[in-house]
Amino acid sequence: MSETIEMTVNGRRERVAAEPRTPLLTVLRNDLGLHGPKFGCGLGQCGACTVHMDGTAIRSCATPVSSARGTRITTIEGLASGGTLHAVQQAFIDEQAAQCGYCINGWIMTAAALLQANPSASEEDIRKGLSGLKCRCGTHMSILRAVRRAQSRLSAAHKA
Amino acid sequence: MEDFVVTHRGVTRRDFLKAGGAMVVTFALPGCATTSPAGAAPLPVAGTAWPAKLDAASLDTWLAIAADGSVTASVGKIEAGMGIGTAFAQIVAEELDVPVDRVTIVMGDTATTPDQRGTGSSNGIMTGGAALRRAGAEGRAALLLLASKKLEVPVERLRVQDGRVFVADDPSKRVSYGELVGGKRFDVKVTEKPKTKDPREYRVVGQPVQRFDIPSKVRGEYRYAADLVVPGMLHGRVIRPPEAGARLVRVNESQRLPGLVKIVRRDDFLGVVCEREEQAVDAARRLEVEWTKPAPMYWPSYDALFEHLRTAAPKVTQADKENRGDVDAAFASAVRRVEARYEYPFQSHASMGPACAVVDVRDGGAIVWSGGQKPYPLRHALADLLKLPAEKVRVVWMPGAGSYGMNDADDCAADCALLAQAAGRPVRLQYMRHDATGWDPKGPPVAFTLRAALDAGGAVSGWDCEARGFSGDVRPSGTDVAGDTLAGQLTGLQAKSKEAPQFPEEGYGFPAKRKVSHLLPWLHSLGTPLRTAHLRDPDGMSTCFASESFVDEVAYASGADPVEFRLRHLIEAGEIAVVQAAAEKAGWQRHTAPRAPEGRIVRGQGLAYAPRHGSLVAVVADVEADRATGRFRVTRFTVAHDCGFVINPLNLRGTIEANLMQAMSRAKHEAVRFDATRVLSVDWITYPIVDTTEVPDTVEIVMLNNTPKAKPHGAGEPTTRPVAAAIANALHDALGVRVRRVPFTPEAVLAAIRA
Repeated sequence: MSETIEMTVNGRRERVAAEPRTPLLTVLRNDLGLHGPKFGCGLGQCGACTVHMDGTAIRSCATPVSSARGTRITTIEGLASGGTLHAVQQAFIDEQAAQCGYCINGWIMTAAALLQANPSASEEDIRKGLSGLKCRCGTHMSILRAVRRAQSRLSAAHKA
Repeated sequence: MEDFVVTHRGVTRRDFLKAGGAMVVTFALPGCATTSPAGAAPLPVAGTAWPAKLDAASLDTWLAIAADGSVTASVGKIEAGMGIGTAFAQIVAEELDVPVDRVTIVMGDTATTPDQRGTGSSNGIMTGGAALRRAGAEGRAALLLLASKKLEVPVERLRVQDGRVFVADDPSKRVSYGELVGGKRFDVKVTEKPKTKDPREYRVVGQPVQRFDIPSKVRGEYRYAADLVVPGMLHGRVIRPPEAGARLVRVNESQRLPGLVKIVRRDDFLGVVCEREEQAVDAARRLEVEWTKPAPMYWPSYDALFEHLRTAAPKVTQADKENRGDVDAAFASAVRRVEARYEYPFQSHASMGPACAVVDVRDGGAIVWSGGQKPYPLRHALADLLKLPAEKVRVVWMPGAGSYGMNDADDCAADCALLAQAAGRPVRLQYMRHDATGWDPKGPPVAFTLRAALDAGGAVSGWDCEARGFSGDVRPSGTDVAGDTLAGQLTGLQAKSKEAPQFPEEGYGFPAKRKVSHLLPWLHSLGTPLRTAHLRDPDGMSTCFASESFVDEVAYASGADPVEFRLRHLIEAGEIAVVQAAAEKAGWQRHTAPRAPEGRIVRGQGLAYAPRHGSLVAVVADVEADRATGRFRVTRFTVAHDCGFVINPLNLRGTIEANLMQAMSRAKHEAVRFDATRVLSVDWITYPIVDTTEVPDTVEIVMLNNTPKAKPHGAGEPTTRPVAAAIANALHDALGVRVRRVPFTPEAVLAAIRA
């Protein structure tokens, strides 16, 4: 049975009617028109569907929409503030860190949450923290450079 | 929903180009109804007749200049994720002398872009780039003629800067491209050899221009085929036979499933169409289906598969045209013989996103939005499948997840076409992960035997390479007929399979050389998840793994350092140069036997090289291995790369790095798992790939022969080729043992250590 579920998505209050066990990803994409998060596996194994739920990176393909009730969801479309890209997004441009780009949502959203939670993450922390994400094109080298670049930019901004 | 056009920046509203008056819209595309809001072109509809083929000899097919001077160039290629659209824009900007950001590249729409068969074989720059270069040069010449008339000065006195033509000695006399031709047709033929710009004058080509598609990708705004929403669209999913060769017996057509619109059955093809996507997923999972229990057609293990490859009677045997000398005599008189066997498994494209297509079949026609590499032949295959005339079928390429050859994209388009035809409404079909990894066409397995004869002086007198495998073209690399698609095969049609021999490409000057490829019958290939097809650098990785591993083995057997051995036997200066450059940059340490140092954690270095269709690559891998666990990490890759003149060095670096990571993944991790009846690799747990903990600390890249004089060659695949061999050679140096079967899992490495 379809239920009405309320949540805040990218700062807007949204009401959707869906089967409670429908993946949050499906609702974000098909009911709210947010196509930044991607369907990669539907099993929580690749991370292409990553969004932030109350500030934590989650796999929206393996999260039933019912568990998003009353939460604050941020998708990649809502990551930039105003006209300014998030430091991680800008660093991905600076390092040209994409090939096909289908997975890139997951890397950006996971890296943004990782650096938020652990601003002084070591190289090992970053590598381990991102190890659950897949990139089939093999963009890993430039992605790691981008995350390090974003980290130094964020820490410089923090000190300033 | 408004009509859109896929450009090198991403999906753009077609009106955006129209606003500039560009030619692509002055074609007045048929099928655009006139009832739309003012200025907004509606999405094209099925039932329209589209051009059978655009005239490739007409400049207007390739190039359009808007009233505001912006340039739109069309090309019969697609963006596979390596940034070729940006390189195309650079090429057009260069020839026309316009700023690169004023150029828009349109790709992959069978109704509006020239048929160049699409993308494959790393030929985008060589064929697409060359065509755009000619079109740009032709356009510039036509514009200069117009300007000459308008300004009343001879062409010789004219110069161009940023899309403005001016008189060399009187720059106040000037006219812009937009003023000259804006919004109008050129009506000029493209000649075979127009006068193109002297590469020494290049200012845009050869520069590290940032990719135009990345900003929208990082914002989550780049639109893939999977993101297309068409009004009234339904959602489909497919249900595959549970075992290879199983036939569909019965479907419970009366089963009540939420949102179900249609169960679509045609022979062994089965799919569902529902109102909502989650309903289609659910219906495909729950639908009650009975299949036959077929006799097992696979092998219980890889050991059994390779035994089969080594012993079964071949269907076709081919000898390489470069074979020379009397190999048998060389072996008969040899003082020493070296022999080794190598094996390469089935591998999956395992694209990041399962394929997705949206298809509308109505009013005697079809429109197909799909992410495959070759939309132009696909149009004809789908016309064949749907029994429609080709003029009534339009395939619009939209970006897919990286495809790396013939992945699941074209099969998805065909499946979706059957669903949409049955539903009579537009249908979106995205495969599930188990359809994508489990059922994509696979890179073929090969078993190799290599033998070398050494004479009394330790020199190689004979070289013998025997490959026994399944052709990598059983599922063709372009979809030309309905039988090439999985949907076609499940409905009893035949693919136009090809027998593609498996020879290592190398340039060693051994006096007697014999390369033979045995291709085995693959009777059960069609309609099963182990049908074989092109996977990035088809047969290149497997053949190079065997050949370049063996070169190291022979080098050591003859008491030579592996780099010295290669330099001694290679003939072409370019090939010698890449080996030398990679070894030098990597700080190669000369050794005539594997060093295999003491201790648990050991390090080694290995090199492999490969030519590929005119490009040359040498790779050195530095590895650090753990003797106790069999685990290892590549700590550094060093690459020497010669693809001639480089259009965009920034982009090329990204492409080379990505090739390294993907090829390392294939070498370390990837083998499609199967049992006697099924493929067992269906997700990222059962088909693991590389992750960030394995990424090397550094990658060093040396670009050779990067001069305007050198013709550009493809770079999308060459680096992939030598990676497995370079890693195997480095492991041998570190551990003193050789892994002769891909993938180099900890278990495989440990088994080699303990053997």
